[in-house]
Amino acid sequence: MSATKGWRSWLTTTDHKRIGLLYFWTAFVFFLIGGLEALIIRAQLARPGNTVVSAETFNQLFTMHGTTMVFLALMPLSAAFFNYIVPLQIGARDVAFPRLNAFSYWVFVLGGLLLNASWLLPHHPAPDAGWFGYANLTSREFSPGPNIDFWLLGLQILGVASLAAGFNFIVTILNLRAPGMKMMRLPVFSWMTLVTSFLIITAFPVITVALVLLMFDRFFGTHFYLTSAGGDPVLWQHLFWIFGHPEVYILILPAMGIVSEVLPTFARKPLFGYTVVVYSGVLIGFMGWGVWSHHMFSVGLGPIADSVFSATTMLIAVPTGVKIFNWLATLWGGQIRATSALHFAVGFIALFTIGGLSGVMHASPPADLQQTDTYFVVAHIHYVLFGGTVFGLFAGMYYWWPKMTGRLLGERLGKLHFWLMFVGMNLAFFPMHFIGLLGMPRRIYTYAPELGVAKLNLVSTVGAFLIGASILVFLINVWRTRKRGKVAGNDPWGGATLEWTIPSPPPPHNFDVIPTVASRLPRWSMTQLTAIPEGAELGKPHAPAGSWWPLVAACGLPVLALAPLTHTLWVAFLGAAILITGIYRWAFEPFEV
Amino acid sequence: MAHATATVDVMRPPAPAERGVDVYNLKLGMWVFLASEVMFFTALIGSYIVLRFGASPNPWAQPGKVLSIQITAFNTFLLICSSVSMVKAYASIADGNVKLMKVWLLVTILCGATFVGIQVYEYTHLIHHGFQPSGYREGSELAELAAANPVPYGAATAGLYGSTFFTMTGFHGFHVTCGVISMTYVFIRALRGKYSQQDHRGIEVIGLYWHFVDLVWIILFTIVYLI
Repeated sequence: MSATKGWRSWLTTTDHKRIGLLYFWTAFVFFLIGGLEALIIRAQLARPGNTVVSAETFNQLFTMHGTTMVFLALMPLSAAFFNYIVPLQIGARDVAFPRLNAFSYWVFVLGGLLLNASWLLPHHPAPDAGWFGYANLTSREFSPGPNIDFWLLGLQILGVASLAAGFNFIVTILNLRAPGMKMMRLPVFSWMTLVTSFLIITAFPVITVALVLLMFDRFFGTHFYLTSAGGDPVLWQHLFWIFGHPEVYILILPAMGIVSEVLPTFARKPLFGYTVVVYSGVLIGFMGWGVWSHHMFSVGLGPIADSVFSATTMLIAVPTGVKIFNWLATLWGGQIRATSALHFAVGFIALFTIGGLSGVMHASPPADLQQTDTYFVVAHIHYVLFGGTVFGLFAGMYYWWPKMTGRLLGERLGKLHFWLMFVGMNLAFFPMHFIGLLGMPRRIYTYAPELGVAKLNLVSTVGAFLIGASILVFLINVWRTRKRGKVAGNDPWGGATLEWTIPSPPPPHNFDVIPTVASRLPRWSMTQLTAIPEGAELGKPHAPAGSWWPLVAACGLPVLALAPLTHTLWVAFLGAAILITGIYRWAFEPFEV
Repeated sequence: MAHATATVDVMRPPAPAERGVDVYNLKLGMWVFLASEVMFFTALIGSYIVLRFGASPNPWAQPGKVLSIQITAFNTFLLICSSVSMVKAYASIADGNVKLMKVWLLVTILCGATFVGIQVYEYTHLIHHGFQPSGYREGSELAELAAANPVPYGAATAGLYGSTFFTMTGFHGFHVTCGVISMTYVFIRALRGKYSQQDHRGIEVIGLYWHFVDLVWIILFTIVYLI
């Protein structure tokens, strides 16, 4: 059976808190790798005609930077908070399917390792066709090496992890709420987790199909994306962006949820317009499905399609704007405590708004035709995903760190981290708006001095390295406070939600008694939390058991992926055998939650 | 258990109606899973529609020329029957008749397995005659037929025809196979006496999955074989 201490216990754990920590540190390492790739890109672009890396390596760097940040860093960092915080916020002992949760994590790690293993092979055949891998550049004819195979197989595996986590969190949030925790009493972060999970389970099947068709084109001689045989490369773009745009909201909604938790706590005020914030989050989730072709204006889909998608895109700014005003109104008149977490949350509002505004700019097709494939788009995506998602995630880290580790992060270093990152971020990405409008295309490994963008590019590179320095400050902060940080206690911030009613870090079973909730802000209306009946005997809650089988089953997937990479049939059978054995033993294993 | 009434059961707190959605976890999980499956097959079928009616001006092979409608019609009948037997299995256990439930479950498994068997037979036959994912194999019987009658055999679109046919029916067959394996697992548990009139969640949940797989097949049979 499974251990409760030592390294084995981490391999077999089904405790959502441990899995949350595993997600966090794994994703953070991938975040550092993706950041390193970005720094090399910026070093190459610091001067015109620079030769830090070759054009081929540059292609691999921007492809892997995008893929890593989206699938291996930001999504799993959000997943770390889903895992750690959501069961605590809804008053549950664990997620609905603890072993499936472990399976999700292991599939994610192994998929990420497979993707990055391509760097280590001879001639480092890392993926090189961009993070959205447009057909038919990805066909065998134009990408004969294993680069694209690593990319598509890695993404397939990562999709399995995301889907399994999506099912789990929907069931958890709908079914495992504590008594009295009605849907409209759910903390906003848990609400956004629910919306994100619905987006994941509906969007990921679409990219799965897109990748399956690509895989069959590359391995089994089908013609889905091959124009020469009657196929349609634009089909890839449609499938990819039908997934890709909901994916944008998969990345931003969790950060919006975090900010909606942090602002009320540090403004000492309930969230302004809770209901509207929740509904606009749900609306963003729905509308996110109707805007995908704005990524494809330059394809030439015709004036009707362009107009419709332009209108829906501008429309989606409305619920987003509603949220921004609600956050501002939450701060208005509050007793603000300017902690590091609040700094990052406010930074999120400012930077995400800038990114949203440039988004509305290229919602207009004629403007987009000027801006597409230039650094203007790079500036936009980094304002929403770095200024937005990453700032939101760091707000969450400073906010929930004491809950997860039992100790607070240092405030002085935290603010240094914030200011370095805030200045670095704006230096790095604001000039890119001009660089793009002046005509520098993205994804080209160098530029000529005559283009007149050398100074702006140098500024951008300096900004990027400032961001790198700020991440170092964060790591120093983590290291210095791991033993000497201020002890958190149950509730260092005076938060309103259930996670602050229990010790930090919480015991394996989370709650000695499942609370009965009578209000949206249970801790700010303590009398409404039903007390344990006088003289009641507490039954002994047991910690969730562990299991090896999720890990075994997860190992089957990368082995399966090795079969097409090595063109060996028996490896496929081996992978299937491992997978089926894992699932079989898992299914027949007695397991008590 | 003298003071049992005073003990707070901390694992199962008092659950008023407003807690949860009144569907047990496993069943809710299956519904959510099926939602993602709907998106999967929608994307697959959507791609097929785009490729067949949007991308190419040339018509595809006429129904019945390459694929055998008769054999697959029988297979479709078999799969629909298996949905009926699945319902019978569920109804039996809901009535408390464990024995009858096992019989109907076994019938369902056999129908599903036969479906996969016939599909394998169909694939080997098609490949033998020259129909494969990349189109009509050069020098094969079908390639010659298509050269002589380019319109009814859709000579210009054979590549896409093969690509979509094998991908869509292949993924469906994979789903049926997974269903047969899962039902066998449920059957083993049934033999071990795990299901009763009070608790037969496994049967209900696998039944949901099985009906979904059948439903998808009716759509696929229509658009791939009949149109």
